[in-house]
Amino acid sequence: MGWLATWYHRWASPPWFYQMSGRWTRGLMGLALPLLCVGTLWGLAFAPADYQQGNSFRIIYIHVPAAMVAQSGYILMASAGLVGLVWRLKVADVVLRNCAPIGAAMTFLALATGSIWGKPTWGAWWVWDARITSMLVLLMLYLGVMGLGSAFRNEQAAGRASAILALVGVVNIPIIKYSVEWWYSLHQPATFRLTEKPAMPVEMWAPLLVMVLGFYAFFGAVLLARSRVDLLDRERRSRWVRSLVAEHAI
Amino acid sequence: MGLVPLAGLICRREWLLAVRSPAQVLNPLVFFVLVIAMFPLGISPAPEVLARIAGGVIWVAALLAVLLSLESLFREDRDEGVLEQLLVSPHPLPFVVLVKVLVYALLVGGPLVLMSPVLGLMLSLPPATYGTLVAALLLGMPTLFLLGSVGAALTVGLRRGGLLLVLLVLPLYVPVLVFATAAVDAAQLGMPVRGHLALLGALLALMLVVAPVAAAGALRVTSEE
Repeated sequence: MGWLATWYHRWASPPWFYQMSGRWTRGLMGLALPLLCVGTLWGLAFAPADYQQGNSFRIIYIHVPAAMVAQSGYILMASAGLVGLVWRLKVADVVLRNCAPIGAAMTFLALATGSIWGKPTWGAWWVWDARITSMLVLLMLYLGVMGLGSAFRNEQAAGRASAILALVGVVNIPIIKYSVEWWYSLHQPATFRLTEKPAMPVEMWAPLLVMVLGFYAFFGAVLLARSRVDLLDRERRSRWVRSLVAEHAI
Repeated sequence: MGLVPLAGLICRREWLLAVRSPAQVLNPLVFFVLVIAMFPLGISPAPEVLARIAGGVIWVAALLAVLLSLESLFREDRDEGVLEQLLVSPHPLPFVVLVKVLVYALLVGGPLVLMSPVLGLMLSLPPATYGTLVAALLLGMPTLFLLGSVGAALTVGLRRGGLLLVLLVLPLYVPVLVFATAAVDAAQLGMPVRGHLALLGALLALMLVVAPVAAAGALRVTSEE
């Protein structure tokens, strides 16, 4: 357990986080871009068309990864909130506050692509299906965290208030996940299951897997890049930022 | 002081405040009735249409009335310095918040629950469903106030906190709304309602445990602002 404690203490220190997150951002972006390019090309051009939905199903390669990242983003945000509340870590606060806009964007992307996909498949742009509604609620939860965070003048209070809200909101995540089983509706059941073989043929889900990995890497890269800048701004009066600025000054 | 005498004192204080300024308790009730009166005017006075939407209309109006009343849950206590006294007192803050919220729910939510069968009558809801309507409100209303107390505690110190409070709390009300209106719908169709009511009860049990702790934490955070 010793290495875990060391790792944890290192990442909790702002200068270390700043330095390492730079490397990680570059690494994750270097992973995300090829994955997203390959996945998009493979999914849109080479994967076989669906026998029922034809080519319109190809939007799944954006829709499903965006929805997955949107949901995990909230859980990550709430976890950062818990860490921030319990150990009073500045880095956790920063990660939480920067999770919200990216998560909101991903949720919006999932809703928008779902709506575009719904038109040819169900014949309507918007259907009040349990899962779509849950995603809409998720979007509002993200917007609430963003709104609350910006309403405070004191950054520390803003971080802790957002953390409490994120933790209360996390109660809704299981409802989103299990809404499909609770209310029978028009939406098809979850595409990926850990315990079963996917219902799609390999040629269809392999590019989807690539896209999902690409989206996660992209999310991580953007989150770290944003957090890094935010941390630098908040710590602008500290010694390590001053010496960093002095180092890079011409 | 033990917890029971403490709870008695909080109840007495809230009761006196409500009796001496009844507008705080009565305004949500008037709001509730007025909002519901707008629906027949806006949609249709036909009994079959109204009966179909009655459960949802009553519940949405109740959500809005609760939201409207939440702003004053901690506001006056903060302005008068009572909140600071509670924060520095040796009593467990989550317990104080729990008692305060439950008394507030009884004072503000109670009249809404009592009024709901009358409104059901006005919206042509079949009399057989009144029992379910009231039971769902009795189980759901405290949950609304408990969830709302977290939002009220988070926004108590902020200017323009009112609209933000709505944005924070309304998404969290979705499960309560879904199960409660499902119960009323099921009663209208003559189907068993116990499952829906049980889920409402489960949500209430969860919030009784979670919400006071979160609201107390939020009050500590906002007092630093």
